[in-house]
Amino acid sequence: MSSSLFKLRTLGAVSCVAALVAVAACSSSGSGSSGSTGTNSNSGTVTVAVVSNPLITGQMIPLTQSVFEKEYPGIKVKFATYTEGDLRAAIEKDVSTHSNAFNVIMIGPYETPLFAKDNWLDNLSTQFIASDPGYDSADLLPSIAKALSYNGDLYAVPFYGESSMLYYRKDMFQAAGLTMPQHPTWNQVAAFAAKLNQPGKVAGICLRGLAGWGDNMAALDTVVNTFGGEWFNQSWQPQLTSPAFEAATNFYVNLIRKDGESGASADSFNQLLTLYGQSKCAMWYDATVAATSIATTYPSVFANTGYAFAPVDKTTSSGWLWSWALGIPQGVSNQGAAWKFVSWATSKQYDALVASKYGWAAVPPGTRTSLYNNPSYLSAAKAFAPITIASIDGTNPDHPTVNPVPYIGVQYVDIPQFESLGLLVGQQIAGAIAGTESVSQALSTSQSDASQYTPAELSAG
Amino acid sequence: MAAVDTSTVAGPQTRVRPRGASRRDAWQRRLPLLPALIYTIVVTQIPFLVTLWYSFQNYFFDVPGGAHWTGLSNYKQVFSSAAFRSALLRTVEMTASAVIVAMVLGVVFALLLDRKFLGRGVVRTLIITPFLIMPAAAALVWAGPMLDPNFGLLNYLLQPFGVHHVAWLSTHALGSVIVVMIWQWTPFMTLIVLAGLQSQPADTLEAAKVDGAGALATFRELTLPHLRPYIELGILLGSVYLVNVFDAVRLMTNGGPGTTTTNLPFYLYEQVNNAFDVGGAAAAGVVTVILTIIVATFALRLFARVFQFEGAN
Repeated sequence: MSSSLFKLRTLGAVSCVAALVAVAACSSSGSGSSGSTGTNSNSGTVTVAVVSNPLITGQMIPLTQSVFEKEYPGIKVKFATYTEGDLRAAIEKDVSTHSNAFNVIMIGPYETPLFAKDNWLDNLSTQFIASDPGYDSADLLPSIAKALSYNGDLYAVPFYGESSMLYYRKDMFQAAGLTMPQHPTWNQVAAFAAKLNQPGKVAGICLRGLAGWGDNMAALDTVVNTFGGEWFNQSWQPQLTSPAFEAATNFYVNLIRKDGESGASADSFNQLLTLYGQSKCAMWYDATVAATSIATTYPSVFANTGYAFAPVDKTTSSGWLWSWALGIPQGVSNQGAAWKFVSWATSKQYDALVASKYGWAAVPPGTRTSLYNNPSYLSAAKAFAPITIASIDGTNPDHPTVNPVPYIGVQYVDIPQFESLGLLVGQQIAGAIAGTESVSQALSTSQSDASQYTPAELSAG
Repeated sequence: MAAVDTSTVAGPQTRVRPRGASRRDAWQRRLPLLPALIYTIVVTQIPFLVTLWYSFQNYFFDVPGGAHWTGLSNYKQVFSSAAFRSALLRTVEMTASAVIVAMVLGVVFALLLDRKFLGRGVVRTLIITPFLIMPAAAALVWAGPMLDPNFGLLNYLLQPFGVHHVAWLSTHALGSVIVVMIWQWTPFMTLIVLAGLQSQPADTLEAAKVDGAGALATFRELTLPHLRPYIELGILLGSVYLVNVFDAVRLMTNGGPGTTTTNLPFYLYEQVNNAFDVGGAAAAGVVTVILTIIVATFALRLFARVFQFEGAN
């Protein structure tokens, strides 16, 4: 009896010591990383978290290695590449816990003001741009710059900017005797899709179905807005089962199920770009930036591609507004080197560098006014540059839908809760697209997910 | 009489040993194991205690201010959450169907491999291969080249039979994931059953033949009872591993479409990675561990009884 007690006691003592050692190790590593902040030298390793879209994987990463690191021998850039959903999760965890694994993060208009408010981001305007006149931040497109600002200061700078628009195959439209108007309505688009759909060969229209607020919900939200729906009304009550929201969702889900690509619930931007590039879609509604990738990767499809503004129903425009932009989390090491990289990747010189390597059509679009005044760019990208800039200018994140709403954002709601709420709703919609549940089931589940939050919690965000 | 006396005296004598010596002996035997024990405690029990602590905290990554104590509210939420219940049921569904089908196929393959034929070694290696492939790599190969609705091999092969562009991972998501689990675990079951078959004494089979028993009767009356402990072992080990399946779910369907393939491991992952709800995920994790321990205890007790019964026979 006493011997077993003795054993227990030793065991307890040993594990207590072990626990203390572990805790000590944890806290020392924590203080170590925060102690090394504030170094402002222009050298060191810069770890950058980026989204795995073509302009990043195909241009930014190779050019960084072949040009940037040669220009700045003291700086070593490491990339962590994620899909959109994984990127959001990785960045949110890293920044909110101050793990500081990333010196530079790729974020957008949703994250930037929220992170800036929480003091998680460097104020780029005052800390870097003020002493770097060559950067010319006045040249950034006003609507994009505004979306990446908090209290009038930039907290992230755009790598590329985009709205949404409709791509269509001129050859297929001609063969079917159809004409696409410049400003189509969703009903017209649905009628075209029904005529052009050839099951197994060409989808009438390719649309995003992958669960995620930046994936299927981005496209669906623009449909909801133009149908007159909204996420929350002026008193922050969720409106996911309102007639307009339900009509828009039914329209979108039925359009995919009837005339869309098969397996849509797994498709987002990159999958649809491949499908469209391989002539599997007669129409495709997605980001304006896709035009750049079509032009450079699929020249024969590019020659047959026409462009129309984002389809509408009750509003006059419906395009979303987004930018993949670079920000620097507060308190990370090697801040000077981080800004060197950020300013290089978002500069006019970077555009010229891309043009010299890959041609003007390949330059990241939607960031700088000067690009849209550049004759070389306008002639190389004449097919899509005017509609891209007109779409970006036509967006209004403060007033996205028919009725006034208490939130900012076309294809998102700029509150912290939307990160998980948007995904939950996106999962339900993906289920409806795959046919595992009905639209009304999906929306009533979504409505109850949204009702977990009180209006007070939501408006505080 | 005398014999009884000696036995009663001799019995205790053999059992009683000097206490001090036995304790020293025992510690000498345990000492080399102690570093491993301490290591195990550090890497398993301390994280568990930390999880337990987090499960009583309200801690969201995306809400500034860090963690604060909330008592049992995370547990209340776990038990009232429909998502947790459906993930639990799905785990049971996925594990049970995968283990049972894999075992049936395993017995069939093992019986075939137990025969002598030309190229048996090559066939045995080929059959084992799926088990040797990394689960993540296997899931990616299945999700892309095999099951893709537009470019996939399976649709291409089924085209002559009138099957067109089936989006396996959205219309038959749960079935697709279970098929991959079966594909990966059938070799394991085959190996275990094959070991059982090869340990079957040839003379009993010969005796059965002499007695005039047919192949089916021999299998049912002799081979199957002999294989029973092996099958039970395979089912137990297979269940233990397949309850934790994550790679296939994450990489093939990402838990979807909707939540049709969300099992408990993926649900926990999502709670942390997408809902950023550390407290809720910790509570769900603790509940999962407790449920697993209960189920495992019952399973082990059941098997222990079966083994004793077999031994008595």
